[in-house]
Amino acid sequence: MANITLLKAVNEGLRGAMQNDPSVLCFGEDVGPKGGVFLATENLTSEFGEGRCFDTPLSEDGIIGTAIGMAMNGLRPVAEIQFQDFIFPAFDQIVSEAAKMRYRSGGQYTVPMVIRTPYGGGIRGGLYHSQSGEAYFCHTPGLKVVIPSTPYDAKGLLIAAIQDPDPVLFMEPKALYRSVKGEVPDENYTVDLSTLRSVKEGDDVTVFCYGAMVPVVEKAAALAQEKGISTNIVDLRTLLPLDEEGVLEHAKRTGRVVIVHEAPRFCGYGSEVSALIAENVIEYMEAPIKRVTGFDTPFPNTLEHHYLPDERRVLDAIEQTAAY
Amino acid sequence: MSTSQLKSVIQADGASPGYDPGLSDAELLHMYRTLLLTRAFDDMCIKLQRSGRIGFSVPNRGIEATSVGTASAFRKDDWFFPSYRDFGVGLYHGVDPTDMMHNMFGNKLDTSKGRQMPVHFSFVDPIHLVSISSPIGTHIVQAVGAAYAFKQRGEDKVCMASFGDGGTSSLGFHSALNFAGVWKAPVVFTCQNNGYAISCPNEMQTASESYAIKGLAYGVPSVRVDGNDIFAVREATVAAVARARAGDGPTLIECVTFRMGGHSTSDDPSKYVPKELFEHWAKRDPIDIFEKALFKSKKLTKKKKAELQKECEEQVIAGVRLATDAPAPGLEEIFTDVYAELPDHLRRQGEMAFDLAKRKGSADAGDGAFPL
Ligand SMILES: Cc1ncc(C[n+]2csc(CCOP(=O)(O)OP(=O)(O)O)c2C)c(N)n1
Repeated sequence: MANITLLKAVNEGLRGAMQNDPSVLCFGEDVGPKGGVFLATENLTSEFGEGRCFDTPLSEDGIIGTAIGMAMNGLRPVAEIQFQDFIFPAFDQIVSEAAKMRYRSGGQYTVPMVIRTPYGGGIRGGLYHSQSGEAYFCHTPGLKVVIPSTPYDAKGLLIAAIQDPDPVLFMEPKALYRSVKGEVPDENYTVDLSTLRSVKEGDDVTVFCYGAMVPVVEKAAALAQEKGISTNIVDLRTLLPLDEEGVLEHAKRTGRVVIVHEAPRFCGYGSEVSALIAENVIEYMEAPIKRVTGFDTPFPNTLEHHYLPDERRVLDAIEQTAAY
Repeated sequence: MSTSQLKSVIQADGASPGYDPGLSDAELLHMYRTLLLTRAFDDMCIKLQRSGRIGFSVPNRGIEATSVGTASAFRKDDWFFPSYRDFGVGLYHGVDPTDMMHNMFGNKLDTSKGRQMPVHFSFVDPIHLVSISSPIGTHIVQAVGAAYAFKQRGEDKVCMASFGDGGTSSLGFHSALNFAGVWKAPVVFTCQNNGYAISCPNEMQTASESYAIKGLAYGVPSVRVDGNDIFAVREATVAAVARARAGDGPTLIECVTFRMGGHSTSDDPSKYVPKELFEHWAKRDPIDIFEKALFKSKKLTKKKKAELQKECEEQVIAGVRLATDAPAPGLEEIFTDVYAELPDHLRRQGEMAFDLAKRKGSADAGDGAFPL
């Protein structure tokens, strides 16, 4: 056990997976000797050699296209997209190819690969170093989408993703890279790719969230507690496939639901969670389901703190939902 | 023209025999002054970032001659699609450094209303400097479309697109060269080969013998020049612009230069750039090279140099003062300009934001440090 950052846990997860399986390799822009712009792949080139952790030309389309070929042919690529905002040149390869290969070949060809990419705001990165694009990918059958919020989950989910037989988009909350620390076992372990995590149990309002919003919700819940509202916090963490039963259980438990994400609201992930609850357990609901999200605008720079849901906004939603 | 041989104009002693830049003395001094202004602006931005007053900048040191030499070959009514590492383009054509500083601070007076990160400028006046995007390569192909529009309307205007060595690996670069070649679009592509794409050296980027040679496969005349020699850059670009204006189509110019600093203020180049490379290129400083040429031809005196230097520094400092004094954009600016007309759902979201700020206080701005 060691108390490490989420970033270090990603690094440890990669190292563990590479030690375990010689077919695992990491690549992307600045991933090799520099160790990635955030240092997620630090020291992997010196430890495993340039054949296992290396730089690529500046082409996301090239990175993902080659990763698909490698995955079909016996390797386990972990491709890095430097910022999720820059994944779109590879959208075709991800959506048209990686996600559909198993289906269209009747299971003859498969793409067991992981795309790691930092996402989200909070670093004054403006329009193109801040976005949360999970909804685009959750709308893509054949992909799995994972977002950890703790160091323990980062390592366990990453190793599970690398071992998974299907393509997994592993989105890392960059705002949490260095700001959260936690106990992480030294040895390899996995966290199941379709289970939510109960962050804190409570009786009045259930808040569903994931990634960088989890600590924000925790802060809001502490403030709500001072006002006598008990919050039940759920980290969804494996967005696709979603632990639907778990969501319904937690929704029923309080009958009051708030969903928080930093991505825009319209057709955002919260819509899916809300619809799931409404379709299945509406008779348990004692208040309208509420969403706290980024606005339906591009991501601003100077005003990003107004754009991102903060504990002020989350607390307001918790209070309104509790009081309904 | 060659895609492998490096073309230089200014010799070691500052002479450039047989070359006529076609500029008056005043224009030559304007070119020189723009180099100084570019460097003063760049140095100031780095200082501002180091002292926590702005979040981010992109060092321009070393590439000033590529930037200014390229810009000097265009007219003010041409359109510019520059790289983010190209401060000299706007400055040469009269963009006020104060207006650029407003962008560095992301304040209310920034033409982008504080929405973009620093160094992502956008101007329509005094030149069309098209809103700079972070995603690499996207603008190169847009420049071809804008050039096509000029051609379609029978105007003799030209587009300029600049990008780094890494940019040549983007989809945008390849589509741009292909389309421009087929359409004979009036566009000039300038590849700033500054040695590195963040930490990735040229040999990680391409197996080609040069970046210029890539143009040939697309039927685009291409040339490789010394990017620290402002006359070499200008000579090649003037020829390219003339071809484009005459309806003869695009050109690719590879300017070989060097990034004398980190990729950005968040990057430490000493981790991956060998010290000897910095030492080598320090001896080839683009401003020193041009200065030598100007001294040699007696267009510049020590006194004039000191005067211009002081003027540029003061101009930048004045900009910092104004940019510091300007307030942050108002909350409403999150919601405007998404569409021509504010749709109902955005109006409601805006009202909610204002209502919450009234009831619960304003959001906390945090420290705003860009970590890479
Ligand atoms: C599509 C895309 N992928 C990745 C990035 C992240 N990134 C920003 S700058 C850069 C390197 C660019 O190098 P180059 O094109 O040579 O220009 P230079 O910075 O050297 O001027 C990278 C990888 C990006 N901005 N856009």
